[in-house]
Amino acid sequence: MLRRALAQSAPPLVTFAAAVVLAELVIRALDVSPLILPRPSAVFAAATSEAGPLLSALGATARAVLAGLLLSSTLGVAAAVALASSPWLKRAFYPYAIFFQIVPIVAIAPLLVIWFGYGPRAVVAAAAVVSVFPVIANTLAGLLSVDPALADLFRLHGASRFATLWKLRLPWALPYLLTGLRIAAGLAVIGAIVGEFVGGGGLGVVVLGAMRQQRTDLVFAAIGYASLLGLALFGAVGLASRLALRHWHASETNR
Amino acid sequence: MGRGVAFALEGVHRSYRSESGGEVAALAGIDLAALESSFVALLGPSGCGKSTLLRLVAGLDRPERGVVRSGGARPAMVFQDAHLLPWRDVLANVELPLELLGQPAPARHARAEAAIAQVGLADAAHRYPAELSGGMRMRASLARALVTEPRLLLLDEPFAALDELTRMALDDELRRLWREAGLTVLFVTHSIAEAAYLAERVVVLSRRPAHVVLDHTLALPAERSAALRAEPAFARELGVLQEALRHGAALPC
Repeated sequence: MLRRALAQSAPPLVTFAAAVVLAELVIRALDVSPLILPRPSAVFAAATSEAGPLLSALGATARAVLAGLLLSSTLGVAAAVALASSPWLKRAFYPYAIFFQIVPIVAIAPLLVIWFGYGPRAVVAAAAVVSVFPVIANTLAGLLSVDPALADLFRLHGASRFATLWKLRLPWALPYLLTGLRIAAGLAVIGAIVGEFVGGGGLGVVVLGAMRQQRTDLVFAAIGYASLLGLALFGAVGLASRLALRHWHASETNR
Repeated sequence: MGRGVAFALEGVHRSYRSESGGEVAALAGIDLAALESSFVALLGPSGCGKSTLLRLVAGLDRPERGVVRSGGARPAMVFQDAHLLPWRDVLANVELPLELLGQPAPARHARAEAAIAQVGLADAAHRYPAELSGGMRMRASLARALVTEPRLLLLDEPFAALDELTRMALDDELRRLWREAGLTVLFVTHSIAEAAYLAERVVVLSRRPAHVVLDHTLALPAERSAALRAEPAFARELGVLQEALRHGAALPC
């Protein structure tokens, strides 16, 4: 177990360490201004010396991201179920769901602040808006790809629409939904930080403040913390899908 | 003997829309009836409308013209592949039909376990489909069909994807289950040998649009065993079926 975890995480850690060392050497050799590109050692120093405020900002961003994801996965699954229930509904509404994929969050974030006010509510909304489309698209694909023979079996035994949804369609769509959530998790972090630029709070505000003080090292440190948040979420979704699909889906049984 | 009719099709026509938008006639005037407790094999070339016919008998589809009568009781169906729910173990898969019919948990548990034992899968009741061989998955699928104690069992080329030995074992198993339970079996296949070995009566369909080329009661003993496959009588019946199949395949559309 430990050996496998080590074997899995060693290669990316090695490439990370190599990239850091290389960046450090190149920046020193070329004598780049720390205002443009701070040395990795300076970024690490900022990340540790400012760890207190960074961690509390990370906490605020993480809370908004989780709330946004909860919102987008609930609404996304509900929308997918509605769209899958009739070809007519799908034709009428699906093109507008794509709006959520192409919406420029930077442009819409001020609107969200107007609607929800400054503070976490607008940030949660921004995280939800950018992460809802992959949930809808993937869940819908799953709901519509149900094995027709199994649908026949359910009909043959007089299953209600609800029983067919609950015992066949939703479980069938679960691997698709989890793939959608993996994409949504990363997008929600981006959405939250952009939301914070306008709505205030969290790592977004730390980035803005550091920029005004020309503390590029702190900007990078905040980006690093945000990346850790994204990685942690990605890992959590991966763990959830391993637990949920380990007996039955090829994506987990073929590992 | 005074046996009732299990199901009957009278002058049944069915067509469907092809990918390119044209109408494709699948069934053209099918007349077919089966007595209760009989074992009928439906033999025809691939893609001739056998599955369409089976879905009509199951009540999953309606004919455009003609009448489909069934005994009223809900039939059970076994599909080409096992089609189990991959997220449920064997026991929960076999319980599914009873669950959908609203049976309470303890009762359906006991009946599912009995059906699993009937097909010889008792040791694998708590394993998942992904952990089973193709033959075991098919046995589980058979148990799921038998758990409701259906009066009519419809099978759509159920063993086509299995290796020869597993297939022969399941053929014998199916014969045994049929004789024990006294149900009516309609078995769709494209294998002449399987049709002759399993059934009392073989109905041969032409290629699309399908109609009945031959309706033939086999002159073979009621007891079937592997030795039968080497008998001259068996070879004779194979010849009859093969001739009919060839005739049906050569007909103009």
